[in-house]
Amino acid sequence: MDALIALLESNDIFTPNTLMQYWGGLVTTVQLVFLSLIIGLVIAVPLAIMRASDNPWLSRPVWVYTYVFRGTPLLVQLYMIYYGVTLIDGIQDTFWWEIFRGAFYPALIAFVLNTAAYTTEIFRGAIEATPRGEIEAAKAYGMSWARRMRRIVLPSAFRRAIPAYSNEVIFMLHASAIASVVTIIDLLGAARNIYAQYYAPFPAFIFVACIYLILTFGILGVFKQLEKRLLGHLRPR
Amino acid sequence: MFDFEGYGPSIFGGAIITLELAVFSLVLAVFLGLMGAWGKMSRNRLAKGVATFYTTLIRGVPDLVWMMLLFFGGQIALNSILDYLNYDLGFNLPYPQFNEFTAGVLTIGFIFGAYMSETFRGAFMAVENGQIEAGKAYGMSGWKVFSRIMFPQMMRHAIPGIANNWQVLLKTTALVSVIGLADMVRLASEAAKSTGSPFKFLIPVAIVYLAIAALSDIIFKLLNNKYSAGVVKGGS
Repeated sequence: MDALIALLESNDIFTPNTLMQYWGGLVTTVQLVFLSLIIGLVIAVPLAIMRASDNPWLSRPVWVYTYVFRGTPLLVQLYMIYYGVTLIDGIQDTFWWEIFRGAFYPALIAFVLNTAAYTTEIFRGAIEATPRGEIEAAKAYGMSWARRMRRIVLPSAFRRAIPAYSNEVIFMLHASAIASVVTIIDLLGAARNIYAQYYAPFPAFIFVACIYLILTFGILGVFKQLEKRLLGHLRPR
Repeated sequence: MFDFEGYGPSIFGGAIITLELAVFSLVLAVFLGLMGAWGKMSRNRLAKGVATFYTTLIRGVPDLVWMMLLFFGGQIALNSILDYLNYDLGFNLPYPQFNEFTAGVLTIGFIFGAYMSETFRGAFMAVENGQIEAGKAYGMSGWKVFSRIMFPQMMRHAIPGIANNWQVLLKTTALVSVIGLADMVRLASEAAKSTGSPFKFLIPVAIVYLAIAALSDIIFKLLNNKYSAGVVKGGS
């Protein structure tokens, strides 16, 4: 511990002050990513069911949504929401202004809409891959559509979706770095501040790259465990 | 509707820059991807180690971090290397400026080179070994085996992956606006800020991205047909 303190005191950039800035950035990044993923997941499940439906009135609108959000850069979506909310008439006079004045909620909305679009397509693929026999068996048991979805289709679709969803989680973590563009002090935002303060690009950005690398491997590790538990029956023996 | 308050031509110019950036980056990425795939499949432990390190490191860190590291750090690193060469070793080399375009092409090329490595590695492994042996038996040199036998057959397996990477790459070019390149996104967002009407400028930009994506889908379908000539599709 003493050695660590001595080491920290002997360098100019990684002072306790800047490390606290990085810590604050880490908290913001984790909050943003976690909230976007959770909300995006909740939105994506019904959308994926609609998207997989045979009724074009249900599946087409969802297709348009996922096509647009997956086909345009997240940065453009973020700008639209960030600059767009201020245009809503009279928003400055309502309590919403307190929420949307900062950049956090516009960024969160952009991330949620973006990740929900990707997650919808992942789940759609998993739902459509449900073996026919399972659905026929459920029908033979007299299950209603809702019960079939709840008991047969969705549980196995969630499992099948795990490998692709883990990619989406990592993609979201990496995409969240653009939050720093709209003045949010996330991990990269902290690194940019420290770079500007000391004009030292290598320590500032390499340090933050290491944090992102550790987070990425952490997420991969968690999903590997999850796959082992939930997809164990599919592993080659 | 199509009134861009005088910003139209400059945003159109930005769209050209976006396309140029994407195409140059793709070329670099394909080159690095072929190198990376070769390294990963090589029996040389050093080449294998370097290639694995490269693909792991690149894919674990956000693209924007790489971009800033290269853009803000690249000039300093380049200058200190040139300082060393010029003062300590007596060379007299010029100091090139590291502009946003170069930094963008280098970073995006490097990042997608890592993804392309995986694509090409999978594609190379899908070519049967017997094909290569047959080429060697005909007395072809290593390069000839590569260019006449490996490459044309590998491309059939690689095209879907390349198409995927290209679509992601295209969207990644938007990030270069953050380090100051006057691409479509930057010009549109500046126009949006100064006129106070974001949707008027950003929606056309989004449509251009969608149009490029749709157009490249068609091109990749044609390429896929070309490289799949003679392959009989299974199924119905």
